[in-house]
Amino acid sequence: MISMTKKRFREKTLPAAIMVGPVTLWLILLVAVPLIYILVMSFCSIDEFYNVTFHFTVDNYKHLADASYIKIYVQSLVIALLTTVICILVAYPFTYIIARTKSRFKSLLYMLVIIPFWTNSLIRIYGWKSFLGTSGWLNSVLMKLHIISQPLDLLFKQGTTVFGMVYCLFPFMVLPLYTAIGKLDSTLLEASSDLGAKGWKTFLTVVLPLTASGIFSGCIMVFIPCLGYFFVSNILGGGNSDVIGNLIERQFKSGNNWPLGAALSIILIVITLVLVKLYQKTGGDMDSLGV
Amino acid sequence: MGRKARLRTKSVFGKILCGIVYIVLFLPIAVVVVNSFNATTSKPYLTWKGFTFDWYFKLFDNTSLLTAFGNTMIIALVTTILATIIGTLGAIGMYKYKFKGKSVIDGLLYIPVVIPEIVMGISLLTVFAKVSIPRGMLTLIIAHVTFCVPYVIFNVRARLSGYDISIEEASMDLGANRFRTFWEVTLPVLKPGITAGALLAFTLSIDDVIISYFVNGNTMTYPLQVMASIKSGVAPDVNALSSLILVGTIIFVILTQGNLFKKKMS
Amino acid sequence: MKNAIVDIKDVNKIYGTNHVVKDLNLQVEEGEFLTLLGSSGCGKTTTLRMIAGFEEPTTGSIKVEGEPIEDKEPYERNVNTVFQSYALFPHMTIFDNVAYGLRMKKVPKKEIKERVLEMLEMVQLAGFEKRYPSQLSGGQKQRVAIARALINRPKVLLLDEPLGALDLKLRKQMQLELKRLQKKLNITFIYVTHDQEEALTMSDRIAIMHDGVMDQIGSPTEIYERPATKFVATFIGETNVFDGTIRSIENGRAVVSIENGEITSSGSVEEGVEKNTGFAVNEFVTVSVRPEKMHFSPEPVDGFNVPAMVKDYIYVGSVIKCIAVLPNGNEIKMEKLAGEELPAIGEKIFICWVPEDAVLIHSLDNRFYQSMENIKLA
Repeated sequence: MISMTKKRFREKTLPAAIMVGPVTLWLILLVAVPLIYILVMSFCSIDEFYNVTFHFTVDNYKHLADASYIKIYVQSLVIALLTTVICILVAYPFTYIIARTKSRFKSLLYMLVIIPFWTNSLIRIYGWKSFLGTSGWLNSVLMKLHIISQPLDLLFKQGTTVFGMVYCLFPFMVLPLYTAIGKLDSTLLEASSDLGAKGWKTFLTVVLPLTASGIFSGCIMVFIPCLGYFFVSNILGGGNSDVIGNLIERQFKSGNNWPLGAALSIILIVITLVLVKLYQKTGGDMDSLGV
Repeated sequence: MGRKARLRTKSVFGKILCGIVYIVLFLPIAVVVVNSFNATTSKPYLTWKGFTFDWYFKLFDNTSLLTAFGNTMIIALVTTILATIIGTLGAIGMYKYKFKGKSVIDGLLYIPVVIPEIVMGISLLTVFAKVSIPRGMLTLIIAHVTFCVPYVIFNVRARLSGYDISIEEASMDLGANRFRTFWEVTLPVLKPGITAGALLAFTLSIDDVIISYFVNGNTMTYPLQVMASIKSGVAPDVNALSSLILVGTIIFVILTQGNLFKKKMS
Repeated sequence: MKNAIVDIKDVNKIYGTNHVVKDLNLQVEEGEFLTLLGSSGCGKTTTLRMIAGFEEPTTGSIKVEGEPIEDKEPYERNVNTVFQSYALFPHMTIFDNVAYGLRMKKVPKKEIKERVLEMLEMVQLAGFEKRYPSQLSGGQKQRVAIARALINRPKVLLLDEPLGALDLKLRKQMQLELKRLQKKLNITFIYVTHDQEEALTMSDRIAIMHDGVMDQIGSPTEIYERPATKFVATFIGETNVFDGTIRSIENGRAVVSIENGEITSSGSVEEGVEKNTGFAVNEFVTVSVRPEKMHFSPEPVDGFNVPAMVKDYIYVGSVIKCIAVLPNGNEIKMEKLAGEELPAIGEKIFICWVPEDAVLIHSLDNRFYQSMENIKLA
């Protein structure tokens, strides 16, 4: 029997340990432990030198209810919601066309969505800033054409931030939709119209339900990051359209109140958990989030 | 309106919509490329002062920018290698073996994908600070590997879903030991998934801003350098470098065929 | 008996609460074509996988060429397998697939090339070296799988339902081809299938497995003509079975009373090598009679008084299948040659046969009662 256990070790235990060991260790030490530590820290205090001390307190959570913070949460959720809705409205028809086109440039059309994202996102956001700014291209052109006499003030509005978010997160809506729409069996559409359904009816009763999974994963992939993309609102929003990410960033970079920052990120963690649970309830496949 | 006419308007609307989307997608890149040829020398480098190639030469005198870019490349390379090894082994191991706590590992895997990057960034920062790891290249690489591993695993797993495990038995049956079987059969068959995962890891690492922003210490990466210069206006040499990177990636894609990238993203 | 090249002793395989192979004892002779036959889940594939080394026996031992192989890895065993799914390496050409085993053994390149080409020739795939498995048809893939295993000149070749995925015509053709290869190379084949016809056509011996137990092992004729258990009788070919009790054994005739009357079979009390020997009066038995041996008569004949009613005729080419119903509702099948005079549907007849054509089978119930008595005695 000793040889049996030895053999079992050689056949199963050892290879399993070699293969799964590193990723297990890595995920525990660098995903699970840090998140638990954030939770712990959210109950800690700081001393007069802004050092984290392990004195249990719920003050950080009390702080979360400050009126100024609540305003940002609402603003943040509104921005994320708007971004998600706009992404769906633009990305759905767009993706439907490029995913079902019979053009021989089909894969090129798809690549053209991906290529911009190989340029650093900050650079592209900055590109927008220079395009939309008071002395930017848009205003210069409009003024040259005498359509306007004063440069339009397009930057540093909530709308600009939403625009930037949509721009940054657009492919995360397109990719799951592309997969879902690509899988659509066109005979189903033919069957539906054959059975007398009008175009929009076919869309509502056949196309939309069948591609709903793509929309749901797209929503998760757009909504959640929106809450944390502090740099977009920094560059385009100029401090007028902060998201929760900005609050956290300030506590960790300039405010130096890490426990408060930790408590703020617990909000993000909770929102994420709730949305992911909802997503799973609707039958969402977690693997399709990892596009 | 007749059926034909209706269809035609529909297709025209479709084309207009797609056209606008592509214009919006590429417009800021056009701004970047055009500005890289702008002869202006005064901040915020926005007014057009004529065409010049100067910035593409001056770029090579900007040591801090070049260092940052070098750091980004080193981090991306090391991250890709580590994440691909860890992720590939993990995906295969989780596919082949049953063990306690597997579902926990599975759950942990999704966290870096769904959780806002800022939470990943600060949670890693606090732990690094707690165990006093000096922040720099090492912490950047550790952080990047952490968020890249799940993507590698998902890609390899997608490939594994059509994998017939009996080919491994066939290999052992024909005289190859476990290691040879892994090397000669398992890895080559999973190669497309592994390459796709590796490429995705590389792109994610190169582009990362938020997580790097919290764990970099004094080490600058190219995106962080851009972030720092944004307040005062991005100098045209940064635009020049960005344009070069874009051209580089496009050439790379054309050389390695679009297929790989298509697979990775879908 | 020739040398047992594979010797399976008291092997059990248990997965959790699932007893898949029960007390298996099996000796495979050198150079024979042995088929493990049974329906799915009977333990035949598990047995094969234990010989190959992909599964570990829970208890018992397996010897190949007299050497125990428990501690040998699959890659150290001198047996090769042809997999049900073919398991060809999708990333390698046909040449590389077939060469794989030789490459692992570090055979010189030149020799590998010669042997691969020769092997491909033998399975009629010359010229396919540079193709990939995805470019081949099912039958061609099958040949590659066989070539890839045979090129290693194994002592034993294990085949796990290798023709399962092929269509009927190709299957028949491959059966003959496999048999030809086996004879030519004189390699021991252990062949797993659930197809009894395939087993009867190809095998030197057939081992029939049922719920993890090997019910019988023997030549196709033995298995067909002298089934050892009711399961074997019903599994191999078509048959009619009658459960009953032996009333008397006299003059080589055993009279068995069944639910609907009396039937007769040859039989004797003395143990012997012949069939229907070693039975006792009052023993529970099953009587098996093949449809082609069944007859009918308008009146009861000596030793038979079971009535039946003709229910239907099915015409199958030169043979007519007749279905009749017994008073208890059980159906029996007979085969008649076309042109014979047949009673009309609905007519009452009596069934009969030549007593030597019937097979007596010890009933499992009987074994159960015997073992109960043994327990009482102990």
